[in-house]
Amino acid sequence: MGLTYQSSGKGALREDYLNYNVKGDYVIALAGNPNTGKSTVFNALTGLKQHTGNWPGKTVVQALGNYKHGQKQITLVDLPGTYSLLANSPEEQVARDFICFAEPDATVVVVDATCLERNLNLVLQVLEITHKTIVCLNLMDEARRKKIRIDVPALANQLGVPVIPTAARNGEGLTLLKDTINSVAADKTELTPMRLIYDASLEVAIRELAEELDPLLPPQINRRWIALRLIDGDYTVIDGIRKFLEKKMVKEVFAS
Amino acid sequence: MNTMIGNDTLVSLGVGQRGVVTALATEGIGRRRMLDLGFIPGTIVESVRRSPAGDPTAYFIRGVMIALRSEESSKIFVNPV
Amino acid sequence: MTDSAQFADLTKIVKKASEYGQTQGDGVRDQIVSHIYGEAERLAATVVTCSNQRTDWDRKVDNIITSRLLGYPLMLALLGAVFWVTISGANVPSEMLANFLFGIEEWLSVLFISAGAPDWLHGVVVLGTYRGLAWVVAVMLPPMAIFFPIFTMLEDLGYLPRVAFNLDHAFKRVGAHGKQALTMSMGFGCNAAGVIAARIIDSPRERLIAILTNNFVPCNGRFPALIAISMIFVAGGVFSAYGTLAASAMVVVMVLIGISVTLAVSWLLSKTFLKGEPSSFTLELPPYRKPQIIPVIVRSLFDRTAFVLARAVIVAAPAGALTWVFANIYIGDLSIIGHVAGWLEPFGRAIGLDGVIILAFILGMPANEIVVPIMVMSYLSAGAMFEFDSLLAFRELLLAQNWTLLTALNFMLFSLLHFPCGTTLLTIRKETGSLKWTILAAVIPTVIAILVCFSIAQGVRLFNLL
Repeated sequence: MGLTYQSSGKGALREDYLNYNVKGDYVIALAGNPNTGKSTVFNALTGLKQHTGNWPGKTVVQALGNYKHGQKQITLVDLPGTYSLLANSPEEQVARDFICFAEPDATVVVVDATCLERNLNLVLQVLEITHKTIVCLNLMDEARRKKIRIDVPALANQLGVPVIPTAARNGEGLTLLKDTINSVAADKTELTPMRLIYDASLEVAIRELAEELDPLLPPQINRRWIALRLIDGDYTVIDGIRKFLEKKMVKEVFAS
Repeated sequence: MNTMIGNDTLVSLGVGQRGVVTALATEGIGRRRMLDLGFIPGTIVESVRRSPAGDPTAYFIRGVMIALRSEESSKIFVNPV
Repeated sequence: MTDSAQFADLTKIVKKASEYGQTQGDGVRDQIVSHIYGEAERLAATVVTCSNQRTDWDRKVDNIITSRLLGYPLMLALLGAVFWVTISGANVPSEMLANFLFGIEEWLSVLFISAGAPDWLHGVVVLGTYRGLAWVVAVMLPPMAIFFPIFTMLEDLGYLPRVAFNLDHAFKRVGAHGKQALTMSMGFGCNAAGVIAARIIDSPRERLIAILTNNFVPCNGRFPALIAISMIFVAGGVFSAYGTLAASAMVVVMVLIGISVTLAVSWLLSKTFLKGEPSSFTLELPPYRKPQIIPVIVRSLFDRTAFVLARAVIVAAPAGALTWVFANIYIGDLSIIGHVAGWLEPFGRAIGLDGVIILAFILGMPANEIVVPIMVMSYLSAGAMFEFDSLLAFRELLLAQNWTLLTALNFMLFSLLHFPCGTTLLTIRKETGSLKWTILAAVIPTVIAILVCFSIAQGVRLFNLL
């Protein structure tokens, strides 16, 4: 988080983590490791001036932005930058809860092309939660400068989701990114996300729990992933489910 | 990992030296954080620089530079390479 | 299915999951994490055709910036350079703005008088509201417009984590978190932002320490006043190469005092209210990135500068009007301000200040920017006629009110160490969710400010120094 309109003075008092009752056609989550230029992508897409400092943990204030593309009104949610979504810190928990429970129409994972291995770790974790994922391979200009070559089609093929090379600072690749976001959000892109298969005994445990969870969870929530989190001893996910159910109930009461 | 776990930890790596992580001596949330950062057995870590006061030390691991205090780095076992 | 039944079933499943997890110990987590990293490694290896090597340039820069020999001196030099550029760059525009704005004041006065407006209206609008505004704009705008872009540039470059890296050892020694250095850096801009930035510290104990001490970093609302007073009393109110250098050095000394007090109070808190061992500390040192010069300037001017200035102006206008009213309503032969200041006088004197200064700090609670304008107006209400258009005039005014070097020094120290502004306190209340910590956040600095100023005042008087 930088020192900005949103973070200094009274604005500081106005933000609310889970206040994402926003109107618009699509809600898109923006995730990524720290220092991948995620905020730059956010600014480039929304035309907002959210400040982009170069120090870890600056997006502690969740930012919302809007833009219009292809006749669609899109709300972009800038999640805290994290290495992982295993909820070992408040930021990780916020990012994870949003991706899992806020039901974004797509999640864009901003990836540093110069440091792919570490960044793919997060991509794979996001893919475990939701298949509606787009990889934004950012900092391509820097990768070229460092003579790092990435086989983008092969990566997209392996991950089973779109991979869009960008250099957000120069505006490179952003139109394609916006097109892809619309297409994925409208379910017009075929997605065959890569599945992580754990060892046999863990897989059995996951399957059993997922079956038991099935009748309890709303259809759009990924049972396999919740089961895995519970086995991992990550009970913060329960809070997420509870919050989600409460919100659902509120919505249903208002709808009836 | 079939490597032997010796007594060397990240702390004993001199600046410029590299080592392969063999084990973590922490439990609970501390262990989780280290794993998330990529300190997984088999990972190569380079000790890059010490703070002017001698601690913390910055390590290059899986493409990023991460500084750890000796309290944490003394719990990460490595085999120097 | 009802939600309570749903929760009950959920609880059962959680139990089952934890039983499975327990049979594996740390094994499950290790397996999951290393499996995911392993897959990432495998994937990267198949699609990337050049191994990722950080450029040597980054490491070479860090070799200097964090070196044993040069690490600390360089940080100090940079801090000094930032303030020096700010002060010397702000001198001329401040003077020009003051001339311009106070020129308008004269013109407004003529307008009001020739239109036959009653004295009180002229007083409230021109001598109160307008004058307060003019001061805040003239004194604050130029240094902010210079400081913010420089600060933003350093932030974008990736310099701040290096500061945290260099200073962590000191924070560890006092039982605090190294990232407190990052929250303090934010505090230079706005303490409320610094308090929020403390979210990057996971340990609640260390986060509270960072929140309760952020105020010891002089924020943007305060350092223009520190600069002005340094210029007057260290440089004699005259702009010269020597003067700006001396004034910058004075501000750096103040910042160093602020850092020392931060460390001391952090240590004290770790030993008393917030006992505990330092928690785990990991800090990423991101690669340096070339700041985008034009966006940085545009953003820091239109976002940070305009915003902070707007906030100051919003508070300054009514504060100016109110101060004028209180300074001009007489009870007996003294104005309301005169009465209150008189009542505060003995206390003010005891800590090397005076009643008006104390009153200004109390009334300046909503925003520190307005402390000096309130003080000036209160002094002026004592009847002195005054052409307010330069630092020299300001100097004359302060000297006429018996300001000495001691007053100047203690004013700066009190400004540095006193209670946080209203916005910061509200933010602390929100971030900690506790009235107790909010009160403590106001009481600790105030007590320290009083103790420090009292000791210095008594010491100086005892030994006839200064």
